[in-house]
Amino acid sequence: METKLRMVLPDQELLRLYEQMFLSREFEEHCAEQYTKGNITGFLHLYSGQEAVAVGATAGLHKEDYILSAYREHAQAIVRGADPKRVMAELFGKATGLCKGKGGSMHLFDPSLNFMGGYAIVGGQFPISVGLAFSAKYRNEDRITACFFGDGAVNQGTFHESLNWAQLWELPVLFICENNFYGIGTEVHRSSALASIHRRTCGYDIPSEKVDGMDVIAVYKAVKYAAEKVRETGRPYFIEATTYRFRGHSMSDPGKYRSAAEHELWKSRDPLPSFAKRLLEEGIATRQTLDAVEARCKAKVEEAVTFAEESPWPEDSEVYSDIYV
Amino acid sequence: MAEMTYRDAINLALKEEMRRDPSVVVLGEDVALYEGSFKVTRGLLSEFGEERVKDTPISENTIIGVAVGAAMGGLRPVAELMTVNFALLAMDQIVNHMAKIHYMFGGQATVPMTIRMPGGGGSQLGAQHSQSLETFFMHCPGMRVLYPATPADAKGLLKSAIRDNNPVIFLEHELLYNSKGEVPEDSEFLVPIGKAAVKRPGEQVTIVAYARMTVLALQAAEELAKEGISCEVVDLRSLAPLDDDTIMASVKKTGRAVVVEECWRTCGLGAEIASRIFENCFDLLQAPVRRVSGLDVPMPYSRKIEKLCIPQAETIVQAVKDVVNGHY
Ligand SMILES: Cc1ncc(C[n+]2csc(CCOP(=O)(O)OP(=O)(O)O)c2C)c(N)n1
Ligand SMILES: [Mg+2]
Repeated sequence: METKLRMVLPDQELLRLYEQMFLSREFEEHCAEQYTKGNITGFLHLYSGQEAVAVGATAGLHKEDYILSAYREHAQAIVRGADPKRVMAELFGKATGLCKGKGGSMHLFDPSLNFMGGYAIVGGQFPISVGLAFSAKYRNEDRITACFFGDGAVNQGTFHESLNWAQLWELPVLFICENNFYGIGTEVHRSSALASIHRRTCGYDIPSEKVDGMDVIAVYKAVKYAAEKVRETGRPYFIEATTYRFRGHSMSDPGKYRSAAEHELWKSRDPLPSFAKRLLEEGIATRQTLDAVEARCKAKVEEAVTFAEESPWPEDSEVYSDIYV
Repeated sequence: MAEMTYRDAINLALKEEMRRDPSVVVLGEDVALYEGSFKVTRGLLSEFGEERVKDTPISENTIIGVAVGAAMGGLRPVAELMTVNFALLAMDQIVNHMAKIHYMFGGQATVPMTIRMPGGGGSQLGAQHSQSLETFFMHCPGMRVLYPATPADAKGLLKSAIRDNNPVIFLEHELLYNSKGEVPEDSEFLVPIGKAAVKRPGEQVTIVAYARMTVLALQAAEELAKEGISCEVVDLRSLAPLDDDTIMASVKKTGRAVVVEECWRTCGLGAEIASRIFENCFDLLQAPVRRVSGLDVPMPYSRKIEKLCIPQAETIVQAVKDVVNGHY
């Protein structure tokens, strides 16, 4: 039996989780539209389907904790508190963007939120996360580092080097694998000899667990527990959250390598309607409350698009700024 | 002033900066207990303890990535890569991360770190341990590249590197570690980044060199002086940014230039400097710019033929004579 939601979090918090998931989905779907219109260019990797992971995990962390992710990170940044207007402006390449239009979709960053970046080299964020955790420990800061990555990243050398290192130096890193079962078009069992990803940490004696990444509450509970463990022991911990992306790898991917049946199965587990259903069933929200939440999210994202459209382009002189301090 | 070796000058710079700033930490393979494979970090562990002087696993890419993260978090890490050859395993963190983070995050993150790398050829270490990769690093914007020739410059430049808020690649020539020179003892002695030094003034030919090539260029200039040819030796010290002003001022005066590089010739820094000289001083040149380079070959082991692959004082002497005598 599922635990009752109210035993986990107060109503307002539960509603906030729903709002964050809805906002993320809405944001991503608008991105797709703006990409088709040519307002967003370059690579665009959408998060639709995986919302429960970013939302549940972020809720399980402290504000002081560092978060790092890969290139599918719009939702991670927004859920952390980044202004959707400035995230959208970044994707439009505008001067008002989170990184002045210099980063783009794959390189969001906001130090005021301890959101330490989206990285587009698969596995690049592992060592940097370890380094941030080292600096936090060295400086006696009360924070852990949460490092998000995909199932494809676990076959990079940096994955193994960083797991070993975090354990060896006793560093507070929470590794969170978002296993959506594909690295572009390659399914996990075709790239990993041991497809059960969380079991790969045994070589480094790092405790790990697997969680249903379509269930925001399950993710929240697992991450909260894990984060406390990391805080308490000062050592790494590992979570594998199984999930699914509803869209292609990026906007250029029609996703032919996945069967319709598989897609449908995961669609039926969409984290948004299933969580909405629980909120309604357990009397935490009425349909009207959820409608109001959804309307608010839609307005926010539309506002973000307008803001991005109306924002100025970067000055030409920006090309040469920020190369050196 | 005190006479000391290039090795001890670097060691002193590390100690002084660690005493001055508790956010400076040293990490790398065998840097702590073993005191460095070239003994450059001797005495660090005993003075600063294992919190600040850290042995790492043999994971070059992660050594650099950890330093990047630590720098973003507020430390000033000095990472040692055992030799420059192993930097190739860390090129992802060096080029894709360390050199990009400040820019791609819109200036919101800084990466104040230094990577020390011993390197260079001439010790019969074979193809995989004798490389001069300075040009690889110079090619990439977003980081500084320093390569001192003397103990004093080694000390002053490393201190500047550690204090700089940008990522810095600090190259050390393995054959210079035992070379000696006068070094200022002042703990505020700094050599500015981006400034070349005229190490020997002269009139007829400018020899542009760096690191061990500067030492050879000075020997060559001494030989040439005996034959009545006056050379000015410009020691680059900073490879990125290059000090165009000092190079051009010298070439405008002498009208001739020989660039000496230990790295491979093709797309080497000599080609870059020669083309800058042509762009800036064409009208004043009395001869084409000449390059003396490492040969475009993997380094052979045998000392008889290894020698052929690395510029020698004699090859520099010959190049200067050719330039002066119009034999191009
Ligand atoms: C070092 C490196 N190799 C290859 C790529 C190209 N690439 C981009 S995303 C990707 C798949 C990564 O899959 P996964 O880690 O599962 O993340 P997901 O896209 O599923 O979120 C690949 C191969 C890259 N960006 N970096
Ligand atoms: Mg994946």
